[in-house]
Amino acid sequence: MGHSAPLIQPIGGLADELRTLLGSDLLDIVEAHDEVTLVVARDALLSVATKLRDEAQYQQLMEIAGVDYLDRAERFEVVYHLLSVTRNHRLRVKVSATEATPVPSVTGLWPVAGWLEREVYDMYGVVFSGNSDLRRILTDYGFSGHPQRKDFPLTGYVEVRYSEEDKRVIYEPVKLAQDFRNFDFMSPWEGAEYVLPGDEKADDKNGGKA
Amino acid sequence: MSAEALEQTEGQVPDKRTVIVGNGAGSDPDGIGNYTVNFGPQHPAAHGVLRLVMEMDGEIVERCDPHIGLLHRGTEKLIEHKTYLQALPYFDRLDYCSPLGMEHSYVLAVEKLLNLEVPERAQYLRVFFAELTRICNHMLNLGSHVMDVGAMTPNLWLFEIREDCLNFFERASGARMHSAWFRPGGVHQDVPLKLLTDIADWLDTRLPRLFEDAISLVADNRIFKQRNVDIAIVPKADALKWGFSGPMIRGSGIAWDIRKSQPYDVYDRMEFDVPVGTNYDCYDRFMVRVEEVRQSARIMKQCLQQMPEGPIMTLDRKVGPPKRGEMKSSMESLIHHFKLYTEGFHVPAGEVYVATESPKGEFGVYLVSDGTNKPYRCKIRPTAFSHLQAMDHLMKGHMLADVTAVLGAMDIVFGECDR
Repeated sequence: MGHSAPLIQPIGGLADELRTLLGSDLLDIVEAHDEVTLVVARDALLSVATKLRDEAQYQQLMEIAGVDYLDRAERFEVVYHLLSVTRNHRLRVKVSATEATPVPSVTGLWPVAGWLEREVYDMYGVVFSGNSDLRRILTDYGFSGHPQRKDFPLTGYVEVRYSEEDKRVIYEPVKLAQDFRNFDFMSPWEGAEYVLPGDEKADDKNGGKA
Repeated sequence: MSAEALEQTEGQVPDKRTVIVGNGAGSDPDGIGNYTVNFGPQHPAAHGVLRLVMEMDGEIVERCDPHIGLLHRGTEKLIEHKTYLQALPYFDRLDYCSPLGMEHSYVLAVEKLLNLEVPERAQYLRVFFAELTRICNHMLNLGSHVMDVGAMTPNLWLFEIREDCLNFFERASGARMHSAWFRPGGVHQDVPLKLLTDIADWLDTRLPRLFEDAISLVADNRIFKQRNVDIAIVPKADALKWGFSGPMIRGSGIAWDIRKSQPYDVYDRMEFDVPVGTNYDCYDRFMVRVEEVRQSARIMKQCLQQMPEGPIMTLDRKVGPPKRGEMKSSMESLIHHFKLYTEGFHVPAGEVYVATESPKGEFGVYLVSDGTNKPYRCKIRPTAFSHLQAMDHLMKGHMLADVTAVLGAMDIVFGECDR
């Protein structure tokens, strides 16, 4: 039987339909877990989104998610989740970006994209060209940095408190009584990627016996 | 729903707001002109920590800029540093008015990545308590919506029901609000039979009596209607463009319910109706929720009739922990228990987007796994974020006093909006 997550009926021939509709703008199409993912070129995003909305009936933009892959050349991925209420189907559209390469904004197609893009900008620092209101949204007024990036520490850099002397809220560097504990759960039986203390001798020719 | 049905009604809705816009109420002979009102962040009708910066022309809202993020706790970042099981309780703390609705999306997402089968009884229990959560959530929303527009009594009566619901949650999970009761693979503990019979009695007697009583006070009330009818009309096309979901999109006349169209757990075996609005205003959104409460009770009764006996957690010991009794005699169980509660289970690499019909709308979880015991990325799709964004669009041309009615009909909780 398998999982009991929301059932999304696969549409037969959807991949071919999208290939003909989008042509060379479509870089890759992946189907996994009954979900369809389109990878498109960043510059073609607007035309792809317009076609998907107007011709393929994906009327709603439900979500824009940023993901940070540190080891990639274009480290950020911006993931759009589209929903068709008439075809009862969901679609995921992905583009990649860096800090320096702006992603075209889809606010002209879906006004809901305004805040969703602001959030991705706030959390990852991805810039959206054409979004007229690209302010920070979830973080503090005057915050610096992009907290969802993988190289941003979990504890952040500053902490706030009310100062009795200054009679106002002040910002200070984070001081922790105890460091954040990051446990290593990889069991040595499943192939840890480091040498356990004492194991360094195991590779000796004499089998560890000097 | 067909594409034609969607298009037919477009453009038929008269833009009633033009009647209100520019009636001269704000044109001030003394030349005071436009001014700015700061609503919140500490305001009883703001439903949490919402700050609205509104540009007013007299009593008319010209522009409305919601400032959110005052309750941002970095949930998504924290989840990336926790194992899949440790991440679960964070979901209770998102929408703290309907905690189990939030957990539901997350456990289904994890199960989808694992392709894990959940025992039938657990699926029924989840649906049963998800619907109880819906009732619980709507009690808070309907009550506070009524109170925001000036009526006190219904809120107190509806909180009676909410109190009952919270007691039921406590009896099932040990916690009134932050249950952490849905787990990947099933539910944490089975419920005693007495709890189910008590809820069955409650559904037949106390719930309808209190609920219908309270609603009868407002549903046809002239003052309540004056505050809500024709306020913030959202035509179908706008509801789609602004990413509405849940009672908001149904209030706009689109019969879209994920429980019906993309059924999860045992919703495909349930019979229930999807109420939709006809006038697309705040009153419709209110009445859609009222009807949803009745439908939820209907679903719960069906669950009680159909719920089988059996295990409530998957028997796959690589995901579901063994029973305490087994651990006393089986070394294997002891090891499984230890590994599950220290390292946690590993989830195969991949990505899924799972959205369920939470009481407030589409609550989605976009989960990216890299094959380890911690999520690589867990993006939460809150309902309130999209709805609140439409505030500026909805409020344009309305009176200041309508702000609370519009906010109340949106059903916003900031734990979820700000994450």
